[in-house]
Amino acid sequence: MTVGPLPDHGPRPAPPGSGYQSDLPSHIGEVIVRAEGIEKYFGDNHVLRGVDLEVRQREAVMLIGRSGSGKTTLLRCINFLEEPTVGSVEIDGLKLDADPLRARSRSHQEQIRQMRIRAGMLFQDFNLFPHMSVLQNCVEAPTRVLKQPKATAIERADHFLEVVGLAEKRDEYPARLSGGQKQRVAIARALCMEPKVLLFDEPTSALDPELIGEVLRVMEDLAHGGTTMIVVTHEMHFARQAADRIVFMENGVVVEQGPPEQMLDAPREEGTKRFLRRFLNA
Amino acid sequence: MTSEAGKIQSEILQRIGASQHAARARNRVVYVVVWGLLAIGFIGGMMLAGDVDPAFFIESGPVIVLQGAGITIFVCVVSIIVATFLAIFGALGRLSTNSAINAVAGFYVSLIRGTPLLVQIFFIYFALPQAGIILDAIPAGIIALSLNYGAYMTEIFRAGIQAVPRGQAEAAQALGMPERLLFRRIVLPQAVRIVTPAIANDFIAMLKDSALISTIGVRETLFLGQRIGRSSFEPIAALLIVALVYWGLTIVFSFFQEKLERRMARGDR
Repeated sequence: MTVGPLPDHGPRPAPPGSGYQSDLPSHIGEVIVRAEGIEKYFGDNHVLRGVDLEVRQREAVMLIGRSGSGKTTLLRCINFLEEPTVGSVEIDGLKLDADPLRARSRSHQEQIRQMRIRAGMLFQDFNLFPHMSVLQNCVEAPTRVLKQPKATAIERADHFLEVVGLAEKRDEYPARLSGGQKQRVAIARALCMEPKVLLFDEPTSALDPELIGEVLRVMEDLAHGGTTMIVVTHEMHFARQAADRIVFMENGVVVEQGPPEQMLDAPREEGTKRFLRRFLNA
Repeated sequence: MTSEAGKIQSEILQRIGASQHAARARNRVVYVVVWGLLAIGFIGGMMLAGDVDPAFFIESGPVIVLQGAGITIFVCVVSIIVATFLAIFGALGRLSTNSAINAVAGFYVSLIRGTPLLVQIFFIYFALPQAGIILDAIPAGIIALSLNYGAYMTEIFRAGIQAVPRGQAEAAQALGMPERLLFRRIVLPQAVRIVTPAIANDFIAMLKDSALISTIGVRETLFLGQRIGRSSFEPIAALLIVALVYWGLTIVFSFFQEKLERRMARGDR
């Protein structure tokens, strides 16, 4: 069976409230992640209804919205952990069109893999490899996927463990670490791949309240240090501190986006206001 | 709380601890004594009933243990290793998205689990030569045991692989690992840890099932026992020795299994 290319909708008009481009802070660079026209169905459930998202170098973008609004699905579509039903993703010049009909084909899988190497992903429940020490967790992919020499990989791993403040835990196994420490190791592990962008999927929602701070602090340092990141989060205080831009999603579309002060203090859209009213009062 | 009350309380706690400790020690003694009496009673009773000459025990016991048990252990160790590899590939086949591979693995498991081990042993030793494949008894026995246990262990490994959390594969994918590397380095090592107690269990079961290959002339424990029993006109005594050898092997390997499981339960690596 042959299927023609999916219809091209052409360049889309900028979403409402995207006036952020006119007055970019000086540290923000060129566009490095571009998701265009992302649609995602789970069966009949239309979870993403045409989302465009551009992220620039050294920009920290926070995705907020009610659960079920599609923000996590969007994040997972960016590195194809979920294959979008329609749309394309470009990371650092490598563009990949969603192609669910040949999702299993070898060439498509290889392209997805190249895409994922450019994007580090952090999960709600960390997903450290429990049978490997902290150091092995950090060295495994750089040596076997990027083919770095072992000594180089270890040196870099030690460096990034230092960055997340866990240098002295390098020989421990994950079972010995607290949740906050695990997530920080996961961040170091992702950094070791030198990704162009870090994708955080609610990185603190599985943590005990007293452990959330240490993870957010590391993330904030990274954001201020110029790491490009897209973060799905419910931590509004953190978003205000660390975000260059906040994106509000509802029912599978981007409703409004802008710098944190504008989004949190003076939202324009009714949906954003409603969400923030409920969220900030709760 | 006054320090006086605290002192009384710590004394009570100490006494509770001591009495619990004593009770545990007492239980252990009772367990060992009853177990030992039953064992002595059973062995002694069998010897009396079979009118066994103790001298025969001393004379033939070591032969059966050294030669027979040696072969039994050798055959079982080789078979469990081969079976483990078969089971890994079997499980991959069962989980494959390729329908043809899936069918091959399903057929293998169905055929082997659907027929008696003894029939499989006879087929491999007596029927394969008809097709020009002639095997010695020991290789034939190892192949039969490996194929048989490989099929049962396929299901164990399938469950073990599925028990590795989905997030592990996702994390590896997100790091750009290709599928093979992901399986070999991330999923398989964790699956092996999950199924190790079940494999140890299967190994202990196999020690006894391997007695079936005495029927094709492998000089393992049962075969030797029967031969010595026949030639010395002491069949019951020889059988008793055979039973004790299998029992002893099971006790020894169960001890290792328990140690292994306790080590894995600690789970710090």
